[in-house]
Amino acid sequence: METLNCEVLGVREVNRALRRLPARSQVRVTNTYGKHNIAVGLDKEISITLGGNTGYFTGGLGGSSDGTGPDIVVDGFVGWSLAENLMGGSVRVKGSASQSAASSARGGTIIIEGDASLRAGISLKGATLAVAGNVGAMSGFMAQAGTILVGGNAGAGLGDSLYEAVIYVAGSIVSLGADAQVEELSSDDILAIKRLVEITGFDHIDPHRVTRVASARRLYHFSAQNHGSY
Amino acid sequence: MCGIVGLLIRDPGLEPQIGSLLAQMLASLGERGPDSAGAAIYSSGDPLSELAGSRAYLDRVRISLASEAPFDWEILRKPFAHIGSGDIGMRTFPTGAWLSVPSCELGAVMEFLSTKAEYFSVIGVGEGLSIIKGIGRPEAINGRFSVDSWRGDMAIGHTRMATESAVTVRHCHPFVPAPDLCIVHNGSFSNHATVRRRLIAEGIDFDSDNDSEVAARLISRQLALGDDLEAATRWVTKEMDGFFTMIITSPEGMSVVRDPFACKPAVVAETCQYVAVASEYRAIAGLPGIEDATVFEPEPEEVYTWKR
Repeated sequence: METLNCEVLGVREVNRALRRLPARSQVRVTNTYGKHNIAVGLDKEISITLGGNTGYFTGGLGGSSDGTGPDIVVDGFVGWSLAENLMGGSVRVKGSASQSAASSARGGTIIIEGDASLRAGISLKGATLAVAGNVGAMSGFMAQAGTILVGGNAGAGLGDSLYEAVIYVAGSIVSLGADAQVEELSSDDILAIKRLVEITGFDHIDPHRVTRVASARRLYHFSAQNHGSY
Repeated sequence: MCGIVGLLIRDPGLEPQIGSLLAQMLASLGERGPDSAGAAIYSSGDPLSELAGSRAYLDRVRISLASEAPFDWEILRKPFAHIGSGDIGMRTFPTGAWLSVPSCELGAVMEFLSTKAEYFSVIGVGEGLSIIKGIGRPEAINGRFSVDSWRGDMAIGHTRMATESAVTVRHCHPFVPAPDLCIVHNGSFSNHATVRRRLIAEGIDFDSDNDSEVAARLISRQLALGDDLEAATRWVTKEMDGFFTMIITSPEGMSVVRDPFACKPAVVAETCQYVAVASEYRAIAGLPGIEDATVFEPEPEEVYTWKR
């Protein structure tokens, strides 16, 4: 397996080298030391292991609109905006993720084995975000499409101003955001969660015992009753 | 955007290295704050002396000076010889100086320094505190002030990307609103003018129109009223509106607080050798034993304190 040393090459060279690799390559990136922008903008189906903690935007802008892309594993924790705007492929973090994980991600799967901090899945646009542990406040804010699965507890203001994304929480929820509501779990939901548990390996989640949070759609239109405050 | 760092040493064996650790932390946050930087070190003796904790520092106070342009500090030696006992120690850098004066003569020295305000400013006073501030990237400032060689048991630093006020030495952090009290801030306050007016009405003086100085003066007021470091730090969440991650250091120890939305980043690393706080993990990635440190992000609106 090829190894790229971030400390020696620098992030820009590492990203260039990753972009040059043919499909089905396997590569390990070492000495990441919390650096930003590692493995961004890659579209080929390659396997990348980041051998340490990384900084902001790890694996961002990756994959193609058909949902394919690199499979990235981070052997550590990550900074802000993990897999931002991901289009396809997968990003798995062995540790925890800081704020805004999977923000605006349109496709692909983002898996966090630890916790995710505030605003996880903010403005999600179709990707799947699965967090084994807890998510911080304001997670799922204005998420438009896609699925968020939380194996632990969710912080305050979950799913504020949600559009059509769906959030499943196995643990407790501190509070729901504006226009978010708890809905009954359908058999389709249970099936979807079962599939996610298989993919992620988060078998501490019982698909029958999660809370479904989705949009109440009260913010979709202006209401004539509120005329005075517009 | 700005970068902030704090480092509290628990293992005295690490004290001779604090300068090189601080320098590396500041340099790694150069992208967050390329226009200017500042730092402060707490030490029992001269931070640049092999004899840290030397008895010569008993009953003495340190005054830190900074100038916008290089200044010939040597010309101060003559007037200093005529103030009180004339026993004023001085360590100089191109745009800064550290004075050591007998505690009982602090007033006289400060009075003399106030007559030279057109050439330099007093950026802080303390029994165990030395401060630097400068314009430029942190690497350059580290070199100018030999930060690598500092010794001490607690340090704080800031790399600045100015958004609310001018890029001058006077506007640099850390702010030192009271002896041995340092504050660095990443973020911006939206109600600083209102709080500043109120504090001025109470008789509190300001050195600059910097928004962060308002929070610094607020904390200082609370400490003067008898609050401990934790309670005084909590006042920022009560009075100040805006984005902030702040690190505060005092003889008591170090504290950290973030705004309710955690708009500005922060990461803490704790080991039995030290406690480090920084804007980003990459600033602490090079600290000794970081692999085994407890690393976490401070929760919004929570105050964290570590005793010195």
